[in-house]
Amino acid sequence: MNMKRKSPRKKGPIFEVARRLAKNKSAMIGLAIVILLIVVAVTAPLFYSYDEQIIKQNIGNRLQSPNAENLLGTDALGRDLLGRIIYGSRISLYVGFTTVAFAFVVGGTLGALGGYFGGIVDNIIMRFMDIFLAIPGTLFAITIAAALGSNIRNLILALAISSVPGFARILRSSVITVREVEYIEASRAIGASDARIILNHVIPNALAPVIVHTTLNVATIILTIAGLSFLGLGISAPTPEWGAMLSDGRTYLKTHFYMSLFPGVAIIMTILSLNLLGDGLRDALDPRLK
Amino acid sequence: MDKPILDIKNLVVEYRTDDGVVQALNGLDLTIMPGETHGLVGETGAGKTTAGLGVLRLIASPPGVVVDGTIILDGKDVQQTTEKDMESMRGYDVSMIFQDPMTSLNPVMTVQDQIAEVYELHENISHDKAIELTHAMLELVGIPAERGNEFPHQFSGGMKQRVVIAIALAGNPKLLIADEPTTALDVTIQAQVLDMMKQLKKEYNMAMLMITHDLGIVADICDRVSVIYAGRIVEQGSLEDIFDRTRHPYTEGLFNSLPNLTDRQQKLKPIKGLMPDPSNLPSGCTFHPRCNYVMDICSKENPPRVYRGESHYAECHLYNEENIMKGGVIERD
Repeated sequence: MNMKRKSPRKKGPIFEVARRLAKNKSAMIGLAIVILLIVVAVTAPLFYSYDEQIIKQNIGNRLQSPNAENLLGTDALGRDLLGRIIYGSRISLYVGFTTVAFAFVVGGTLGALGGYFGGIVDNIIMRFMDIFLAIPGTLFAITIAAALGSNIRNLILALAISSVPGFARILRSSVITVREVEYIEASRAIGASDARIILNHVIPNALAPVIVHTTLNVATIILTIAGLSFLGLGISAPTPEWGAMLSDGRTYLKTHFYMSLFPGVAIIMTILSLNLLGDGLRDALDPRLK
Repeated sequence: MDKPILDIKNLVVEYRTDDGVVQALNGLDLTIMPGETHGLVGETGAGKTTAGLGVLRLIASPPGVVVDGTIILDGKDVQQTTEKDMESMRGYDVSMIFQDPMTSLNPVMTVQDQIAEVYELHENISHDKAIELTHAMLELVGIPAERGNEFPHQFSGGMKQRVVIAIALAGNPKLLIADEPTTALDVTIQAQVLDMMKQLKKEYNMAMLMITHDLGIVADICDRVSVIYAGRIVEQGSLEDIFDRTRHPYTEGLFNSLPNLTDRQQKLKPIKGLMPDPSNLPSGCTFHPRCNYVMDICSKENPPRVYRGESHYAECHLYNEENIMKGGVIERD
């Protein structure tokens, strides 16, 4: 190959989006916090032993205020609050991301098929989505928890099913827009099959709104889990979960307010950073919206 | 005699919408021999693009319906072919250059990947080999191969049209349908692109259907010309027939609408009126409301097809076998 001239850097649309995102300060703060959360959640077992420090009760050490040994104090059963909050992030992020991944794949596939083929296919898929959309997500999760028992798997299943229609609708509408564009006709004119057109040409161009929705949806899911656990319907003890911890702290609000404060701060930080990132992504993906 | 590469007979295409039936093509006849460049000339809305898409069987359905007629492409009946066979013909036996290079390239794919896609679809070769062929193709259309890994937005309009042409030529098609390939470009770039197309056409020895409204382009590269009005060929002949022995009043009107660069005093003589509403075409000869030579019969009967020679004909009530030979019925300077 001719190496005389250095070939220009591959500056695709993704590069452009990343550049615009990098300029957005609040989005970068959001991204930094999200990355920090993920890193902490992933490395948690290096600092804490789940069985020894997170689950095991230590009544002698109960209701300690923040001190050198227990940076955020201990709870009513003598467990280290910081450790439990960190382990709580594992639960929240795990449920949040798996739920959204499931909803993204299923909802995205259904939406793309409906949007691309239109007509009767679209009608059948979207009417089913409308049915699911009519059931409130939290209520659905409570029903599933009541019927099948409240464990993480059922929780993920319930939340994912109620998130599917949102993804399907968003991808469908952007696929409908992209479907009419001339380069889709052009790729049909070179002999590409429907499957190839959808995967190579339609989806990459229709993905932007879904990416934003994904980020914001993770936040919503995390909030819903916390809410359900707060009510005692989500993840059950002794698993550390932010909503449940918040709920546990209520009893001691007057004397040990930090027991509720710290899990609350963890929830707020997570939701806020995901929303900041999502808003930043939306601006970066579509500069005209600003 | 050779077999024609494309033979369209009596093609009737309708777009059926809730607002009514739009008659896009009303019995279109078109034959293209191997190696021939055929110009399809007409106003916006005459059905030029529908004809091009029909050959590839890409008319959106619904609302488009092929009501009647046959399209024989390289010996195969396009209407009877399975979708799978059609896919293998598109881009390989016949390919199409679209009107607007700005919108006919995928913005999130590198240029070389888009060209390589043609090789991958039709030649059953690895991606690396396809990229190698792509680089050669890029050089052929005058783009340095190392620019292949850039994205369409990094190219100018003329460069993009070269990429589109490279995609169309990658399958080494027997027939190339060019749908107003230079309309979206400035004149200087137009000239370059046309020049290149002429050269490549010679090199590849393919037939070409040049869809355009620009008579200048027709004069530059076409061997034969069909003038289309309201979905029907009103006059067809060799380039010389159409330009020097014009017979149909509509063709005359097209020539008179051209500005004359040498005589700046001369007034333009546009064709009066507008293209008829294709969902409500005039009776008889569809051109009669706009025609300067209109007679009583024109609104009542469909005009006959009168041949001036073996390959030059016009569909007009002005002519019969005798007077079409000497012409002079219409005034053209």
